Amino acid sequence: MFDNLSTKLDKAFKNLKGQGSITEINVATTVKEIRRALIDADVNFKVAKEVTDEIKNKSLGQDILISVSPGQMLVKITQDELTSLMGGTQENIVLEGNPAVILIAGLQGSGKTTFTGKLASRLKKEGKSVMLAACDIYRPAAIDQLKVLGEQVGVEVYAEPENKNAVEIAQKAIAEAKAQNKKVVIVDTAGRLAVDEQMMNEIAAVKDAIQPSETLFVVDSMTGQDAVNTAKTFNDRLDFDGVVLTKLDGDTRGGAAISIRKVVEKPIKFISYGEKMDALDVFYPERMAQRVLGM
Amino acid sequence: VGKSTVDDDVLDELEEILITSDVGVDTTLKVIRRIEERVARDKYMGTDELDVILREEVAGLLAENQTEQLSDFEIPGGVKKPYVILVVGVNGVGKTTTIGKLSAQFKNKGYKVLLGAADTFRAAAVDQIKLWGERTGVPVVAHGMNTDPSAVAFDAAKKAAEEGYDIVMIDTAGRLHNKVNLMNELTKIKRVIQKFIPEAPHDVMLVLDGSTGQNAVMQAREFTKATQVSSLAITKLDGTAKGGVVIGISDEFKIPVRYIGVGEQIEDLQIFNKDEFVDSLFKK
Ligand SMILES: Nc1nc2c(ncn2[C@@H]2O[C@H](COP(=O)(O)OP(=O)(O)OP(=O)(O)O)[C@@H](O)[C@H]2O)c(=O)[nH]1
Ligand SMILES: Nc1nc2c(ncn2[C@@H]2O[C@H](COP(=O)(O)OP(=O)(O)OP(=O)(O)O)[C@@H](O)[C@H]2O)c(=O)[nH]1
Ligand SMILES: [K+]
Ligand SMILES: [Mg+2]
Ligand SMILES: [Mg+2]
Repeated sequence: MFDNLSTKLDKAFKNLKGQGSITEINVATTVKEIRRALIDADVNFKVAKEVTDEIKNKSLGQDILISVSPGQMLVKITQDELTSLMGGTQENIVLEGNPAVILIAGLQGSGKTTFTGKLASRLKKEGKSVMLAACDIYRPAAIDQLKVLGEQVGVEVYAEPENKNAVEIAQKAIAEAKAQNKKVVIVDTAGRLAVDEQMMNEIAAVKDAIQPSETLFVVDSMTGQDAVNTAKTFNDRLDFDGVVLTKLDGDTRGGAAISIRKVVEKPIKFISYGEKMDALDVFYPERMAQRVLGM
Repeated sequence: VGKSTVDDDVLDELEEILITSDVGVDTTLKVIRRIEERVARDKYMGTDELDVILREEVAGLLAENQTEQLSDFEIPGGVKKPYVILVVGVNGVGKTTTIGKLSAQFKNKGYKVLLGAADTFRAAAVDQIKLWGERTGVPVVAHGMNTDPSAVAFDAAKKAAEEGYDIVMIDTAGRLHNKVNLMNELTKIKRVIQKFIPEAPHDVMLVLDGSTGQNAVMQAREFTKATQVSSLAITKLDGTAKGGVVIGISDEFKIPVRYIGVGEQIEDLQIFNKDEFVDSLFKK
């Protein structure tokens, strides 16, 4: 796609011979091609528009170098723009409090429970004692799933299969962790849609009650245009601290990463790239920018 | 679309509606080109007419059911029983839940239904489908976790044939379509079922998450290669996502959409209705 895009951009610049720099007129078609490429990568329509407007402004007046094609030059400008948009530097999660509490939230099937297991494993390897709280009281076998993962990574899971109050389970898990002198509690929650008022109230109440030092929004990297709506609503209700991008072991371009970052201005902190418990990494903005552009 | 003639503004607005519904650039441009052609023929077309034409054009891309138009939770008549449905898709799209809901619908219609727990990989996947079976009162063939999924599928098909079941639905583990080994495993499951019932599976249902963007096209392509997908189910349409990517998929691969998921409860499954689906794209 990168070759593809850069060839297309070169073609758009075909009539440029003799013109020494990028101007309003010669950049118009090019910007349209970039916008199209971004939308193909699932960047939100409006976000793609905003981003390409910025790219256009940055490229205007720039001298066209002899050594690179104008297409390549525009791709480079685009890549830099996307990279800086997604945050130049790596941001860590905040672990404060005794125990430190991490709340996990997101849509159905996005990968929350799997990520909860992975994060527990990672923190454990860093020498921290971890407890998991099973607060998904809805999905069939959600508690069993978390227990299996907890066992796999050697971390205890606090669950109350008969209790139908997620707030209470989270609070009791934290109390239990404190009693056992655990350093971190990760709270797995049920998947929910942003439009589900009742369920959004529940997660807001959980957050209110347990005051996590880190709230993470878990999102499937294959998400399309709707990523902005979902991220915005979750952020309005939870003011989350960071984003986890999952299922990057697929071949999705992952444009949702750009949309979300642009709309809620929260850093992406982790990427999840497999079903195994070690398929977790921190986020690299530059790699993601290249991925979105198909490089 | 609040104008009396079809001009660039109207077409731009249309483009935005389609793109933000995940219809994708190519399919969107295809629709717009066709609208432009029709507008060029009839210069004074009003927006009311445009609305009708637009819906026609979009609906026209959605493939018809090749067999017979099923208007209810039914299986085609004249098929030697059991009717085998193999359910496939990437991780977390809603395969198991859709099977659970479907088993309730089929049972209500008087069919004798059996489930096969061939996701032996994902943590507690067998427990999950067993709980669905309990909920809907449908038996589940399971060999437990980390066993051979093909053997489960084989046993489910065998039991269904021997004990006079009408329908057997096989749940499979979620897998990303770019993982060759896992896709080969699906082909194998299919082959093993065929050893017992040569014409099975009668339906390979690909489940797509309605909030997925353009990657769903790749999913359709690769799953079709591995298992000849014959129907689609689109889940999670109870949210704000529109699931528009399915239009291009249905058009390109000629696979009909059969069901939509609109929630997590037993009753939250509907027969796909083309007109309602197209309407929902244009609803604010
Ligand atoms: N390939 C791949 N699969 C993943 C990844 N993360 C999670 N999964 C799979 O995606 C599916 C859903 O993951 P879960 O962790 O159950 O998702 P969830 O958000 O907890 O789901 P709900 O609790 O139902 O809302 C499972 O099949 C996981 O194994 C990933 O990074 N890559
Ligand atoms: N809101 C909503 N949630 C749904 C729908 N269908 C499924 N879900 C939820 O999505 C999550 C994943 O569903 P599953 O049925 O476990 O998905 P799966 O494809 O079997 O997942 P894996 O086996 O892990 O690949 C669960 O939390 C379901 O309750 C739907 O139509 N609407
Ligand atoms: K919807
Ligand atoms: Mg979960
Ligand atoms: Mg499943």
